[in-house]
Amino acid sequence: MTGIGHLSPPLGATPTNAPADSSSVGAAGALDVSVKRVREEQFRQLLHSRTFLFGSLILIWWVVCAIFGTSFVPYNATATNILNTNLAPSAGHWFGTNDVGNDVFSRVIVGARDILEIAPLATLLGTALGTTIGLAQGYLGGAFDMIVGRIVDAFLSLPTVIVAFIFVVAVGPSTATLVLVIGFVFSLIIARTVRTAVLQERELDYIAAARLRGESVLHMMFVEILPNVLGPIIVEFTVRLGYAIFTIATLSFLGFGVQLPTPDWGADVASNYPYLAAGYWWETLFPALAIASLVIAINLIGDALEAVLIQ
Amino acid sequence: MTLATSSGLPTTVEEPSTTLDVSHLDVSYRVRDNDRLALRDVSFSIARQESFGLVGESGCGKSTTALAITRYLPRNGRVSGGSITVNGQDPATMDNRDLRKFRARTVSMVYQEPGRALNPSLRVGRQVAEVYEIAGESKHEAMAGAEELLRTVQIADPGRVLRCYPHQLSGGMLQRVMIAMALASQPSLLILDEPTTALDATVEAEVLDLVSSLRQQLSTSVLFISHNLAVIAKMCDRVGVMYAGEIVEQGPAREVFDNPRHPYTVGLLRCVPRGGQRKDHGRLDTIPGFLPGPGEVQVGCIFAKRCALAKERCSEETPPMYEVSASRTSRCHFQEQAPDLPRATPEDVQLRSPDSALEPLIRLRGLSKTFHVGREHVRAVVGVDLDLKAGETLGLVGESGSGKTTIARVLLGLSVPDKGSSIELEGSPLAPECTQRDRKQLQAMQIVFQNPDSALNRRHSVRHIITRSLKKLAGLSGERCEQRLVEVVHSVRMEERHLQLRPYQLSGGLKQRVAIARAFAGAPRVLVCDEPTSALDVSVQAAILNLLADLQSREGVTYVFISHDLGVVRYLSDSIAVLYLGRVMQYGPAETVFSGPHHPYTESLLSAVPSLDGTRRERIRLQGEIPSAAHSPSGCVFHTRCPRRLENGLCESSEPALVEVEPGHMMRCHIPVDELRRLQATEDAGR
Repeated sequence: MTGIGHLSPPLGATPTNAPADSSSVGAAGALDVSVKRVREEQFRQLLHSRTFLFGSLILIWWVVCAIFGTSFVPYNATATNILNTNLAPSAGHWFGTNDVGNDVFSRVIVGARDILEIAPLATLLGTALGTTIGLAQGYLGGAFDMIVGRIVDAFLSLPTVIVAFIFVVAVGPSTATLVLVIGFVFSLIIARTVRTAVLQERELDYIAAARLRGESVLHMMFVEILPNVLGPIIVEFTVRLGYAIFTIATLSFLGFGVQLPTPDWGADVASNYPYLAAGYWWETLFPALAIASLVIAINLIGDALEAVLIQ
Repeated sequence: MTLATSSGLPTTVEEPSTTLDVSHLDVSYRVRDNDRLALRDVSFSIARQESFGLVGESGCGKSTTALAITRYLPRNGRVSGGSITVNGQDPATMDNRDLRKFRARTVSMVYQEPGRALNPSLRVGRQVAEVYEIAGESKHEAMAGAEELLRTVQIADPGRVLRCYPHQLSGGMLQRVMIAMALASQPSLLILDEPTTALDATVEAEVLDLVSSLRQQLSTSVLFISHNLAVIAKMCDRVGVMYAGEIVEQGPAREVFDNPRHPYTVGLLRCVPRGGQRKDHGRLDTIPGFLPGPGEVQVGCIFAKRCALAKERCSEETPPMYEVSASRTSRCHFQEQAPDLPRATPEDVQLRSPDSALEPLIRLRGLSKTFHVGREHVRAVVGVDLDLKAGETLGLVGESGSGKTTIARVLLGLSVPDKGSSIELEGSPLAPECTQRDRKQLQAMQIVFQNPDSALNRRHSVRHIITRSLKKLAGLSGERCEQRLVEVVHSVRMEERHLQLRPYQLSGGLKQRVAIARAFAGAPRVLVCDEPTSALDVSVQAAILNLLADLQSREGVTYVFISHDLGVVRYLSDSIAVLYLGRVMQYGPAETVFSGPHHPYTESLLSAVPSLDGTRRERIRLQGEIPSAAHSPSGCVFHTRCPRRLENGLCESSEPALVEVEPGHMMRCHIPVDELRRLQATEDAGR
């Protein structure tokens, strides 16, 4: 599963069914790779990937902002100043100020906090739940798979934002609601990916061998199969994380996510875009750029991971 | 008859007498900024119309040689020394245009897996005709040419085959199509890279016959690559034995195999069970140690580490190619002594004869299994009755699709048989599904799968894999479990340092040992071995077969041994069941089944196997391919292909019963056994 030791030629010429033995076996009888070597090699490949480095750099920047932002921003992000409303970017206010005189730069920095709290939590929940559902669907199959599959189809026929919107309207916006709702919807999507991966594993003989040992269903799912489908799950996690950020920003924009005056990119875009027409572009552009940069960064990381983990 | 005469392809001009000349070829692969030598000083040449074989175990450089000749080396590989000339031209110096012409006209290659060499989304006709379209013919002419071409490779119904997609054709048929395409341009050199490895023995025999007959018609030189010594012996005039990137011995095939002069060749030949060798006569010899990594041996003989003849000189001085005779060379300082290579494995065996008086351990009665695929009912196994005695080996043989693996899976409870089937373990019935069987019953039966890559969880360590079986099946824990773990690991000749490794860190042979250790961990009564050695090299196969034989004589385990390799089955089995379309055609003691009288199907199977000993049986041709189990023929299911079908129509109309023709010897045939014996004896005498 790694790109190391490419000694056998590609093309159709690679003898696949031919006796595959002792090739590339060292004198000790064990291959020249240990678990540590594989991990090291994967890590080395990641560090050589520009996409990964660039994405990580942006992500790390936003994480630093989320954690320490309040202590290094030039202004209090929620302090209104009626005298300095709608100022254009300048040396004093790098990103200008908005309609109530908040410093846009400070709001963008501090605005990373809520989104970087809700999105990973929601994605983590979605991945854990989705993995469990997918494992059960793939391994148990039959009627269970069919019924769960139809439910998943029903939910996925609606856009995530609409489903989340319905829930939030019913329960009322809060961090917990957002995490639960987004986590639930994502779990359905992740379940599909996991199910497909499990279906391939289920056909392998080690599953038959485990059945002949009388292993329990839980052991089969979590000890035998799960470690073999971790690759796609990790990649799915990063992809979903990107979507989660986008979904949260959208909900905030619509007024169902993080509530003003707490600094938040989506909410800031929403509250300031009426002033775009008046030429106050900085109030909308910078929060929007922040959303875009974070989503792109996570997708870059996801791509790099996929290239290394799934080959 | 020549191929493609009507096609107007330019016939090659007068060719030199040597088609291929490889001289002192070095090839290296660049891995992590290091050059690793994959081929070292490889020299051989193929005369016009000659057939040359490259034989050796996996990783020895056979395919790399072929890729270097066609200049298809992967991007990290390069020819770092020596030269290749094909028809007087060096492919290395060609520009792109010449290279394309060279690949289109001068060299053709047939790969191991025909299913992967054709485009699955295009009809076969489209792809075969392309060969002619490239040569500038119209679509219509090209199609006609394609049809003619398929006729030359003895495809009876070319029109139908051309309209098919690759997945609709069998492996044997596809390989014929590939050979046809390769020969369409009348190449000077045809490279066959393991062309029959993925095929059944009966189909292999047909494809090999086809290649031989085409070779006589065409003036093509052949480079034949295979790991199968017997196939090379049958197909090639001269042979080069490769080991770790070097040709260690070269000469006329017959002479090399009859009187090998390099220790590696000697060892390789001794690994193959042949001439009726059986587990109670003696153990197979093996080659100790492992293949060195690329570039590992810098000075001295590359085989020295594994050679029982090696002296100090061998590790200090690289042996040159010594001339054994005018036509033979060997890369060994002590080539005169090679035939007397001491055995690496002692031959003696401890015997434990099975108690034949005992009740059968396993009794199968009326075992049937039908798969429902769409609207079709595929009857994979039909009414099989078999008894397994304690401590014996039952061999199951037959072509793929004959139901061998299905019987094994049903026996283990991995798939549920049809109603009315019964499986008894020591007189008490077993539940059809393994999840309904209790621990004792699960413990009684285990399996070793064909492909250890699939059979071992690649995320678990060897320790985890074996310990889990000890806990679940043997019910051990703590100190006892740890103790037994070490015992089990030692019993399959592995070491404690292997325990922490994961499957992908092990070679194929070691992986299979882990699988055997896992199967033995719970001390089973019956062990199903489903083609346990077919994915392994012969030297590793020998070690695994010895191991299985030893474990059986020590622990008294019963084996159900499935294999398509009749030599291997004969070595290990006490009784044999020959299966065809899910039915037992012949069943009896191993020696009786092999010595005859044979069922006509058994007879054809035996005659399909190429032999290393030079004695060639007259091959009995099987008509066509094994029919689909969804539409079994009427009457005797074998009548559509039977070489001894009765003229009176009995075979077509009624199915013969499996009757006891001699004590303990059952056969399913309308022809009386004495008649079969007479027919087969007269033909043997006539040979």
